[in-house]
Amino acid sequence: MSTLITLIVAAVTFGTVLMYGTLGEILTEKTGNLNLGVEGIMYMGGAFGLAGAFYYEKAAGAAASGPLAISIAILSAFVAGMAASAIYSFLTITLRANQNVTGLALSIFGTGIGQFVGEFMRVSEGGYVALSNHLKDAFNATVFPSFFINIPVVGRIFFSHTVFFYLAVILAVLMYLFFKKTRTGMYLTAVGESPSTSDAAGINVTKYKYLGTTIGGGISAIGGMVYIMTTAGCVWNHEGLSGVGWLAVALVIFCIWRPLNAIWGSVLFGAMMIMYLRVSIPFIPTEIYKILPYIVTVIVLVLTSMKNSRDKQPPASLGLNYFREER
Amino acid sequence: MENKCAIEMRNITKRFGQVVANDSINLKLYRGEILALLGENGSGKTTLMNMLSGIYQPDAGEIFKDEEQIYIHSPREAYEYGIGMIHQHYKLIEVFSATQNIILGLNDGKMDLSAAEKKVKEICDRYGFEIDPSKKVYDMSVSQKQTIEIVKMLYRGADILILDEPTAVLTPQETNKLFKVLKNMKMDGKAIVIITHKLHEVMDVSDKVAVLRKGQYIGTVNTSETNPQALTDMMVGHAVSLNIDRPKYAEPKKKLIVEGLTCIDAEGIKKLDSVSFCAYTGEILGVAGISGSGQKELLEAMTGLYPVKEGSIRFINDSGSEVELVGLTPKRIRATGVGMAFVPEDRLGMGLVGSMGMTGNMMLRSWKNGRGALLKKKEPEELANRVWKDLDVVTPGVNYPVRRLSGGNVQKVLVGREIASQPEVLLTAYAVRGLDINTSYTIYNLLTEQKMNGVAVVYVGEDLDVLLELADRILVLCGGQVAGVVDARNTTKEEVGLMMTQFNTSGGAHE
Ligand SMILES: Nc1ncnc2c1ncn2[C@@H]1O[C@H](COP(=O)(O)OP(=O)(O)OP(=O)(O)O)[C@@H](O)[C@H]1O
Ligand SMILES: [Mg+2]
Repeated sequence: MSTLITLIVAAVTFGTVLMYGTLGEILTEKTGNLNLGVEGIMYMGGAFGLAGAFYYEKAAGAAASGPLAISIAILSAFVAGMAASAIYSFLTITLRANQNVTGLALSIFGTGIGQFVGEFMRVSEGGYVALSNHLKDAFNATVFPSFFINIPVVGRIFFSHTVFFYLAVILAVLMYLFFKKTRTGMYLTAVGESPSTSDAAGINVTKYKYLGTTIGGGISAIGGMVYIMTTAGCVWNHEGLSGVGWLAVALVIFCIWRPLNAIWGSVLFGAMMIMYLRVSIPFIPTEIYKILPYIVTVIVLVLTSMKNSRDKQPPASLGLNYFREER
Repeated sequence: MENKCAIEMRNITKRFGQVVANDSINLKLYRGEILALLGENGSGKTTLMNMLSGIYQPDAGEIFKDEEQIYIHSPREAYEYGIGMIHQHYKLIEVFSATQNIILGLNDGKMDLSAAEKKVKEICDRYGFEIDPSKKVYDMSVSQKQTIEIVKMLYRGADILILDEPTAVLTPQETNKLFKVLKNMKMDGKAIVIITHKLHEVMDVSDKVAVLRKGQYIGTVNTSETNPQALTDMMVGHAVSLNIDRPKYAEPKKKLIVEGLTCIDAEGIKKLDSVSFCAYTGEILGVAGISGSGQKELLEAMTGLYPVKEGSIRFINDSGSEVELVGLTPKRIRATGVGMAFVPEDRLGMGLVGSMGMTGNMMLRSWKNGRGALLKKKEPEELANRVWKDLDVVTPGVNYPVRRLSGGNVQKVLVGREIASQPEVLLTAYAVRGLDINTSYTIYNLLTEQKMNGVAVVYVGEDLDVLLELADRILVLCGGQVAGVVDARNTTKEEVGLMMTQFNTSGGAHE
């Protein structure tokens, strides 16, 4: 029993990383832009998030406050992600470069920048970059008092997570409401479905596309920061982060572009990814475990296209750039 | 009572590169009137109206609304002037509901879907539209989508409505319904422009007719003082005959035998129910039926595009031997000699590449015959030139991208190419949809010419009058079943119409 609970808690921890990546990419793809650069964006988020917190602590010394460090880390990651996606947006929306090529290039570029910043900090700070234990604890602290956590079974499953998990869930719910209830959300969906129709209806297509892709990129980047600050123990670790962005892209499909699905979807994917560490079955090579999420995504793709329900399809203009003059 | 002038266009000129689409055109729209805009394909009707809806800006000329000069720079500004246009291709978001589509882009404070839905209902009741405001667009028929487009304009307070070929994709019943609401709107004091190629519709619904020819304004006449022949002459510029001659082929032979053909769609509904008939060489076999009675499935099954549940389709060679077509791939069927000119609702979607010229598109069909790795351009170019001349395609040249052609001209390229591939069996569906009257007759004559060359022609059509004049025999479909085969020379419209609605119990017969 307790192994299972430990497994679930670990799945949530890794799932939280994925949830940010996925929610950001959902917002991006809803505007009709397929940003394959999530991998690079999350690397940048990780490196800049760590840098933000690290240099803050360096400046503030022992007086460094946990909540402020967390806010700074979130903000630095978010801004880094926005900057990276702004390049992508400029290339694809304004210059109408091919989205796939641009996304892949961003992926390579972002991992490079992430590595560079991580290594640069290591070298310039003399070999080892880590936060003090005081701040490490702040990043990994649980939100709820121990009274809740001690409730048998459900306590640890629901209440033992870091602030990042609950923020991600709130974000998912907010995004759901945004698409469902607000005019801006509706227009954004319209732009992703048919830019020409939206344009004819007087909606500023370029504005919505820029907003969706840059904010989406910022959200994805937070995921990278969360990984470094929780799973990796506040130390730059590029190994663990590799592949997470691609998983997020797959997860967007798995969630059929719905933010609420991202909550349980990312925990499920998180579980699949950590299984090989915790429950190894002798004959099954770990590689099989690692491809499990992708297999599941393919199955979901097959199932949804077989049902052929229009509600479960990608945004109709996904991957296509928009030219108004084209007849 | 004299109606008030709503819009006046003075000396409007519009060029696209070397093409002069509109040449100094004058036009007046009055409130409480329906104006039909008539002209051959590519004569500039859509372009002229697009300048009212803010999509294009005129190169020269002035536009007045209620005697005041206005400038329309975008669709949004057009709405503000109360001008709404329903395009040939609908602009709707498929995954949104009717109401969501109607309020898209409107900024009137807080978003309140239920209030909007109520207003939509009001508009519908007022003019007699039938739509379900919460239904998703992807679940709707073409005519329902069109209804949304019209309601959308009314919701935005449009009092000048422009409809570009609204009836091209509607069944006759749906057309009647549309005309009823148009007349209601006219009574309400709105100014309406309708573009259509069907002259009987012009006679039926309009008060005045304005005619364009090759980008020039010819004149406006009162509908009550004119007739289809006079309008055609005005459009074309010289007298044309609106008669189809129907010669008899000397020795018809069996070419295609269909027996007990049954098809079932993905939902398990019978689309074709043991259909049997023969097609003969030197004969045009008309296929009549209410739309959705199985015409589409029949043609697709015959070309290998639709799965056949039971039955056989046998093609008879010149030597008399039979080839079973059921189970063959579309490519093999085509190689056997069955050609199809199927004109879909989305003209560019099927078999034409928008960015290539006519020559390139001709090549798409013939490249398989060529030998060697290099493309041979000469033959397709000759073909393109022939289609250009025979069908009068309005284009600056055979290498001009077909995407830029007007709707009807795109279609001419499609139909011309199929006929030119010289099949032994030629299947056509709605071949004249969106074509002007003169070109329609050119197509009828081409089909007749093919028939006299010994081709077995199967012609699926919507217009019963044409079927009765063009075909030798008519196969009537009703709810996927054959209601009967009649001799077109000895039947009446009433008889065929009755057969079309014979089996009232079967689902497909009602639409
Ligand atoms: N965006 C464009 N670019 C280039 N040429 C164009 C464009 N729009 C229209 N044209 C040209 O202008 C001419 C008039 O086209 P238009 O679409 O107005 O014809 P139409 O009268 O509506 O014909 P149809 O009955 O076939 O719809 C055509 O020769 C067409 O090729
Ligand atoms: Mg047109």
